[in-house]
Amino acid sequence: MTIPTHRHDLANALLELDRVAVQRILQRASPNPAAAIAELEQPVVEALQEIGEAWERGDLSLSQVYMSARLCEELMGESAPPLANARPRVALAVLEDHHLLGKRMVLSILRSAGVAVLDYGSVGVADLAARAVRDGVEVVLVSALMLRSALKVKELIERLGGTARSVRVAVGGAPFRLDTELWREVGADAVGLSAAEAPAIVARLLQAREPAEASR
Amino acid sequence: MTSATLGGTSDMTSMERVLNTLTGKPTDRVPLFLPVTLHGAKLLGLTIRDYFSKAEHVVEGQLRLRARYGHDFFYPLSSAAAEAGAWGCEVVYHDDGPPNTGAPVVTRFEQISGLAVPRLDECPGLLRVLEVERQLHQRAAGEVPILGVIIGPTSLPIMQLGFERYLDLLSERPELFERLLQLNEEFCVTWANAQLRAGCTAIGIFEPMISPAMADPSIRRRWAIPSMRRCIARIQGPVVMHGGSARMRGALEDVIAAGAAIVAVSAEDSLEEMAAAAAGRITLVGNLNALDLRRWGPDEAAEQVKRAVAAAGPGRRFILADNHGEIPWQVPDRALLALAEAVRAHGGSA
Repeated sequence: MTIPTHRHDLANALLELDRVAVQRILQRASPNPAAAIAELEQPVVEALQEIGEAWERGDLSLSQVYMSARLCEELMGESAPPLANARPRVALAVLEDHHLLGKRMVLSILRSAGVAVLDYGSVGVADLAARAVRDGVEVVLVSALMLRSALKVKELIERLGGTARSVRVAVGGAPFRLDTELWREVGADAVGLSAAEAPAIVARLLQAREPAEASR
Repeated sequence: MTSATLGGTSDMTSMERVLNTLTGKPTDRVPLFLPVTLHGAKLLGLTIRDYFSKAEHVVEGQLRLRARYGHDFFYPLSSAAAEAGAWGCEVVYHDDGPPNTGAPVVTRFEQISGLAVPRLDECPGLLRVLEVERQLHQRAAGEVPILGVIIGPTSLPIMQLGFERYLDLLSERPELFERLLQLNEEFCVTWANAQLRAGCTAIGIFEPMISPAMADPSIRRRWAIPSMRRCIARIQGPVVMHGGSARMRGALEDVIAAGAAIVAVSAEDSLEEMAAAAAGRITLVGNLNALDLRRWGPDEAAEQVKRAVAAAGPGRRFILADNHGEIPWQVPDRALLALAEAVRAHGGSA
């Protein structure tokens, strides 16, 4: 499998919203999708990362990132229903806002990457903390659109147990892009500057938890 | 109306300073557009909800804010949510931030067929803004520009439908979006002209969808740019095109061609590059990072003002401002005072 070629072709096909071309490229990447969903995920994630990086550079628009992620999610869902029985280790929420685009893009990209995710929708801090604990998730991804809600991540982290918490928290959204120190200020474990970074962040945070889990 | 406290070196009024900037004539210093809205509630000791509930509060807040920081505009905006409220969206108040919209009102695309343009006289939130503008116009006595605000017709659907459903609408039911766009344009032009009649000097159109960072070229070419042109042609006063933090470099030529008087520069744009590309054909406003402003003391404020003035270049057509169009509630008084002092000290030198 020559991933760089696939990735580039796939990114272009996604940006063109060319469903047929995307399917053809995915078939080329893995002729037997039912047996090799992981082989499909890799080029898809890399193509979406390429699109995300282009957006960060100012070469693409948010609408293109969204539409390509949505198409990916649809086609990956058709290729192989992902992880229906897996216990989600990851949850996703928008903090105190009804603007859900960022969360929707992250959800599409994670699902395309084969990550099972609980979607909490738009929630308040107390609700988010309670649901994360109840569901036993290990990573919470928080999207914030306004400075006031971004600052509430600090309260979320306190409710989850502060520095002793077992749940890792990653943040994203405009305030964190424009203020590059903000994620540290609120005590988050990671920040995503584009939705495409989500699979790598989730993998890193889950991996970081494993030694601690093993020592218990 | 006394001259602004920032005036310092001359008797130039804020209006003269701004008009000279717009026409490329000399000024004593760069004009400062400090879009303070919520901070009026702090000065009056009111909650944000109470503050915006009466026109008199906002007028008093704007007067006190300008007396304290000496900036060059009145800014009667209550919130973007107030406009969405005219379309039936819930306006949600917070104690520590701007009013926000509740859940979108258009939950099914088919609802668009039944929508009608809201009547201004049936929108209490907007009537209150008009009353603020009328009173500020009297108090300004022609010496202070007043900037009214509308949300652009292709950005209003972000609140009407939610952004992701809006993008779905564009790809799945463009004919319904055409209808929504017609309604939105009618509303926006009516709302803008009502504000000009109430005494506003200019209208800021917050239209992130003209930014290449937000909308892809097909959306921009088919809808956002033609809509901007139509609106500017019908609005009976100068227009500021604002991306609400979104990069505007890629939209600059379209904004100039549409006839806007001023274009906002994002903190993510290079001000130097924008100034070079604009080449005096339009006035720039920006591009201080409003979120970073929270942490500024006198040194950082001085450095940022000097950077911006130098980047805008000599003989500049430039108004110093934040990049978002609203100073966050969390920006402390000391940071705003530091910025005001920095403009006084360094705003005249390029």
